[in-house]
Amino acid sequence: MDARGKKLIEGIDFDDREFYEKLGFKCGLEIHQQLDTEKKLFCHCPVGYRNDEPDAIILRHMRPTLSEMGTYDGTALMEFKTKKQVIYQLYRENVCTYEMDDTPPFPINQKALDYAIEIALMLNCQLVDEIHITRKQYLDGSIPTGFQRTAIIGVDGWIPYRGRKIRIQQLALEEDACREVEDKRHTIVFRTDRLSIPLVEIVTRPDMLTPHEAAEVDELLGRLLRASGRVRRGIGTVRQDVNVSINGSDRVEIKGVPRTPDIRALTHYEALRHKALLELKDELRKRGITTEDFKAEDHEVTDLLSNTSNPRLRALINKGEVIHAVNLKGWRELVRYETQPALTFADELAGRVRVIACLDQMPNIFVLDGRGEGLAVEAEEHLRKAVGAGKADALVLVWGPAEDAVTGAQEIAIRAKEATVGVPQESRQHMPDACRTDFERILPGPDRMYPDTDSPPVAISKERVARIQEITAPRPWEREERYSEMGIPEYLAADLAIHPNAGLFDRLADDTSLNPTLLAEALVQWQKAIKRDKRKVGLNINPPYEKSLESFFKTAADRETPRRALYYAFEKLLYGEDAEPPSPLPEDELKALCQGVVTEFKNVRYKTRELTLNFLVGEVIEQSQGRAEPDKTHFLLDSSL
Amino acid sequence: MSDTSDQLKGYRGRAREVLERMGARVWAEVEIETDKGIYEGIILPRAEQADDLHVVLKLFTGYNIGLAVDRIKSIKEKGFKEAHYKIPEQDFPYDPRKPNVTLLGTGGTIASRLDYRTGAVIPAFTPGELYGAVPELADICNLKTEKLFGVFSENMGPHEYITTAKAIGKEIEAGVDGIVIGHGTDTMHHTAAALTFMVQNPPVPIIIVGSQRSSDRPSSDAAFNLRCASNAAARGHIAEVMVCMFGPTSDTYNLLHRGTRVRKMHSSYRSTFRTISDIPVATCTPTEVKPLRKDFNPRRKDRQVKIDACFDDRVAIVYYYPAMKPDIIESLIDNGYKGIVIAGTGLGHVNKPLYEPLRKACRMGISVMMTVQTLWGYVQMFVYDTGRDLMELGIVPCSNMLPEVAYIKLGWVLAHTHEREEVAKMMLAPINEEITEREPHDGYLVFQGGLPEIKEFLKRGLR
Repeated sequence: MDARGKKLIEGIDFDDREFYEKLGFKCGLEIHQQLDTEKKLFCHCPVGYRNDEPDAIILRHMRPTLSEMGTYDGTALMEFKTKKQVIYQLYRENVCTYEMDDTPPFPINQKALDYAIEIALMLNCQLVDEIHITRKQYLDGSIPTGFQRTAIIGVDGWIPYRGRKIRIQQLALEEDACREVEDKRHTIVFRTDRLSIPLVEIVTRPDMLTPHEAAEVDELLGRLLRASGRVRRGIGTVRQDVNVSINGSDRVEIKGVPRTPDIRALTHYEALRHKALLELKDELRKRGITTEDFKAEDHEVTDLLSNTSNPRLRALINKGEVIHAVNLKGWRELVRYETQPALTFADELAGRVRVIACLDQMPNIFVLDGRGEGLAVEAEEHLRKAVGAGKADALVLVWGPAEDAVTGAQEIAIRAKEATVGVPQESRQHMPDACRTDFERILPGPDRMYPDTDSPPVAISKERVARIQEITAPRPWEREERYSEMGIPEYLAADLAIHPNAGLFDRLADDTSLNPTLLAEALVQWQKAIKRDKRKVGLNINPPYEKSLESFFKTAADRETPRRALYYAFEKLLYGEDAEPPSPLPEDELKALCQGVVTEFKNVRYKTRELTLNFLVGEVIEQSQGRAEPDKTHFLLDSSL
Repeated sequence: MSDTSDQLKGYRGRAREVLERMGARVWAEVEIETDKGIYEGIILPRAEQADDLHVVLKLFTGYNIGLAVDRIKSIKEKGFKEAHYKIPEQDFPYDPRKPNVTLLGTGGTIASRLDYRTGAVIPAFTPGELYGAVPELADICNLKTEKLFGVFSENMGPHEYITTAKAIGKEIEAGVDGIVIGHGTDTMHHTAAALTFMVQNPPVPIIIVGSQRSSDRPSSDAAFNLRCASNAAARGHIAEVMVCMFGPTSDTYNLLHRGTRVRKMHSSYRSTFRTISDIPVATCTPTEVKPLRKDFNPRRKDRQVKIDACFDDRVAIVYYYPAMKPDIIESLIDNGYKGIVIAGTGLGHVNKPLYEPLRKACRMGISVMMTVQTLWGYVQMFVYDTGRDLMELGIVPCSNMLPEVAYIKLGWVLAHTHEREEVAKMMLAPINEEITEREPHDGYLVFQGGLPEIKEFLKRGLR
């Protein structure tokens, strides 16, 4: 979020129920989370991230195909119009002929399937009895096959939130797409390392009633995924799309929300955009512009503008490019209709031209409405007369290589016509302020799904589900509740519930007499602090195996190791040393040590006797390397002082 | 092919029983109540090989799922929505200034789509359908299509070769500017060889084309292949039987391979076809054909073509392996085979135990040909004793003819004569480079595109 973004969120109550209810705000989430498997989903490539020079590149193009219902998908046709050359960067180590679409899929990664089933169970989903691998078309090139292999694992789940159920529509297991490296004009470059890593896609119903709720539920789902212990961590391993609609508007998807908190502002301003577009529709209707009566004329005006004083237009005419003027009949002023802070309907037009006509050098359109944008006022009047544009009409200029300029002009007319319907179903990307959005592509529909004829259906046996159920981690909220009952402070319980060692904690808390809060502190806070310290001096800590942690704490329980001694031993363990928690200092040794300390510090006196006592207790504990029990020490010193 | 009368297409056993009892049918929009909850969607046909325990439901999100039939409590039909899976058809434009091309269809995926739900192959084959799927074709030529048969490439055989050859002859006579043959890729090189022998000295290009990624995928190579092939047929100046498929795996250019020197070399790669022991005839794109060599038969105006379509299918290939037993050869003799092509080791060898049955075969008038399983390089049977022994038995070394080409040619030759000496003479007289006199230094290029230095070589074109 940049400075503008910070300004834009100032003073907004994102949980203002009344406000959002009036809007009819509805929001659903789609969370994509990579699974922590060694290999990819449909081939045997090891998962790995690459930032070095690719070993090879290949070039491909995409064409739309019919869905099994016999229809073309709208997005597919849009992507086809863009006529992109797609370049893939290949890496010998992490990419095989499967990812580059030169080999059919291998049988699905069973481990990934197990993990997906496990997470579906945590989300209270109904598991499907037989999974059918489906192809989801993506013609943007992000997947070399032109489709993503995906399969529904569970449907109709729920998670508890604010005393109600947030419904989970479905959980799908799918392969990840490529990373985009560059997208300029008609060439888009993708890196293939991420391609085909298994991930789960979790789709909620639009049950979040305010932007704040959307962010919190996103957070909650993120915690659940971490608690599963089956997911990959780190940058790019989890991505979320957010769907927004309001009363009277269709669903719009905001893709790739960078951080969970950004969901608040992005959904808020998207909802306001919908409101503005619906108002614009009403305004158009008032002027008699409906879907049926909508009129737009496209004129090639390169020759008419050959003497223009605008240097950019002159330069492109010299290059042999062309200029089109689109006359939106009766639209005067309305092209400037504000949709989001400092954005207008003209930006909606520019977005389509940028993406679909690949005219990506901004500004890529000029709105001619007597304000001198692009053309001087007299030049505009001259042009208006030449193309027969009346006072009530809006003229929009678009330019580029002949073919692209035609596409651009068509897209302007198409988008303007959509304004008579309301809010078009789009995928939108966030702007740098993480508040406002810009066009990314037309939202695909169910027509882009068709069965994968290369993969047989996989029945999920009852035995398999039972085996997985046995090892499925408790849900984080279940754990938190239990931890609170044990007297563990809330903040600690929250961290512990999604900690990789939560399972170990549960076992130790059940099987040993260790103080649960102490154990939680050790596993969560001490571990973190020690690792941080160690990293500061440039050392890497290899987390000990759960087995050695388990026997370590069991010994501590048997020996009733005092807290401080436990910490020291734990630190050693994390350094990779052979550490055992010691027993408390025997009574006679403790007595001797107390005596020694009293003598050693006989000249040290604090303001009050209690402070002096505390100081001495600390000394004894330190000198015993933590083995002196604080209570006993305090008692002994108290009586000898 | 689909049987539209069956309302429970693909369902059998238990699943069929349950669906029948509930009065359900495929394509019905339904609400299915199970012990786990309610599901809404469209009942889809089931693949015949799949088990009889599940019903396939298409959810409204587009996803398909399988539900265990034993969990189903009730099925309520709420609507009916049969898919009309049809490629939008538009009239293929005619332009008198453009060359005329005939596309002969044999089957395969070059221009077909799978009806996923019935498992039937729906061909996009009429000019109108092709125009709907690949409109760019209209920029290249006027297209006429003829469906000869609809078989997978593994089911192509002598009957199909002969029919195709005759159809080509007719088209040439009718004055077409070029011919494209749509073909599955598995045995494309067999057909390419067969047509080379059966259609000799053609005045126009005869281009065989297919696809390695079926046309129901956005990344399919079918459209690019079809455009390259149509252009090579319409405007190319090389009048030979050639295979037109991807050069590298990138969709940048195709290679034109001579029908007698080409072989499928990878089970799934796009650029699977390779010219063996030589370089391809040309590179091509949807707009141009760039020869890589000078020794090709140029396009002619006349209509003089020799159609010699016949085949004796009593021919076999024996792929030799160490410890092969004589009974393999004996069984061929016993079953009345007239020709045997051996793919021998190294320079063209088999083990001693085979000598006896091979001698017997030769004595009985069976023509036995030797080729090499190394694919690249020549048979040379003078280098080792083994080779000399074999030649003494009457085995004919076939120089650098590919084993599959030798098989096709032997079948064709045997349809002309069974006289062993005459057979040997015809086998060794090349029709179109099935035997070459010399192997260029760069003829052993396994990749032929894809690697920078090879790409560089191919880019230079005719030097």
